[in-house]
Amino acid sequence: MKRILISLIFTLSFVSSAFAQSTAAPDRNATGGAQTLEDIMARQRGEEVDNSFRSDATGDAARAAEISKQLGTLGGNSDPELWRALRFGSADITASNSGPAAEVLIQDGGMSWLNLRAGPLIKYGGGLLLWVIGLLGLFYLIRGRIKIDGEKTGRKITRFKAAERFSHWLLAGSFLLLGATGLITLMGRKFLIPTFGHEAFSVLAIGSKWIHNNVSWAFIIALVLIFVFWVVDNIPHRTDINWLLKGGGIFSRGHPPAKKFNAGQKLIFWSVIVLGGSISVSGISLLFPFQFEMFAATFAKVNAIGLGTYLGFGELREVLAPHEEMQYAQLWHSVVSFVLMAIILAHIYIGSMGMEGAYDAMGSGEVEEQWAREHHSLWVEEVLGPQVPHAPLSTDKKPVAKAAKKSAAELAKVADAPITFAPTPKKKSKTQSVKLAEVKAKKAAAPKSAKPTATKANAKKTTAAKPKKPASET
Amino acid sequence: MKSMFAAFFAILAIAVGANLALTQAGFSSQERTSSSAVRLDP
Repeated sequence: MKRILISLIFTLSFVSSAFAQSTAAPDRNATGGAQTLEDIMARQRGEEVDNSFRSDATGDAARAAEISKQLGTLGGNSDPELWRALRFGSADITASNSGPAAEVLIQDGGMSWLNLRAGPLIKYGGGLLLWVIGLLGLFYLIRGRIKIDGEKTGRKITRFKAAERFSHWLLAGSFLLLGATGLITLMGRKFLIPTFGHEAFSVLAIGSKWIHNNVSWAFIIALVLIFVFWVVDNIPHRTDINWLLKGGGIFSRGHPPAKKFNAGQKLIFWSVIVLGGSISVSGISLLFPFQFEMFAATFAKVNAIGLGTYLGFGELREVLAPHEEMQYAQLWHSVVSFVLMAIILAHIYIGSMGMEGAYDAMGSGEVEEQWAREHHSLWVEEVLGPQVPHAPLSTDKKPVAKAAKKSAAELAKVADAPITFAPTPKKKSKTQSVKLAEVKAKKAAAPKSAKPTATKANAKKTTAAKPKKPASET
Repeated sequence: MKSMFAAFFAILAIAVGANLALTQAGFSSQERTSSSAVRLDP
């Protein structure tokens, strides 16, 4: 539903050609009903001109002369009337080739679509991407790379399983290919042909088309996979409000507490799902031309709820030529793709050069424990339980204080326990055993007289340890 | 990194597979918009 509403808002910006006509009909007696100089001048000024006096003037078959008489061969129509019928789509056409578009010989709205595609779409879409790239560059200059504040522990926590990483890269790889080939398809005529010539661009365009059409399925499959894997962890949570209010700690030294995904990541996730889903739907309609009539149906719904009138667009045309359906789908596909590309540029930046330790999550799947504690403190507590020795450096005192209290109590217990520690799986979970082993290792390592040998091996195990339940639950 | 390369290989495999499947299923523009009376191939 949300996708539909968003699509409507964007669509309404392209429907200038679909506006209802409300201007009063001028006097055309002087031209015998044909268009006047004022009609032509108004059109040149970019004003809306009611064309019904032309579109309806397509002759009258009932008053036609016999076919053997002069003018009879056109069925009662003059040549101008016949051409008007062709232009405004009311002529009775029989074509030898198949498909709904075959019977439309002149598609009047094609020029406005072509102008919109070659002009504002490239200008504002490309401008948006350049603006985002510039903004990210500026951000990098001001803020620099966001580093891990605390001392690295050398221990790793499994953040994403292999299947999750596979799905992410399936989506990322296909998106990059689709984005690049989409830009080539849209902008090639304007930027590449003048530089490389028609022949070179022809090869590039054919290759881009093949990649764009066929890689799209990998994108759609990956979109479904990541939705299944991550939707639960991306459901909004009250901690997201705090995270957003603090701006994710981007400009401060602190890190607002976050679960597995912080609010920023959730925004990225839902953007990908909603916008990516919309791109997929419009893309499928473009892959199978003239099979889906989405926009006529959407315009009918817009008219039914009065949204067009409310926004000042008036009634939208509910009958569209087959080509117009495709043209609206192409515009929608491009606009939403530009928005998603802009969002993903920021995602790529923060996941690579923008933040130390972030890439590991999707690289090896194992993240530095200190990184995780700083950026996803609540998630780490869920996975490992709160710990004092590697307490997060969060400036948000509440969760830290809670963690410190719990951990202090645990540490006190451990401190009294005998040094010859051995995991007791009967009563303690694997998590707790490993965690206690770590604490003991720290404790043993502090005084030189202590024997660390019993705990070293266990401490190493933390790398692979990813308990299913938090220790606090056991 | 293995997951990443596996995914990139999967993209290639899916693309090739999709192309074969759609071509076999008769969804090329040539087949959808022309009839036997039209000879597009030499």
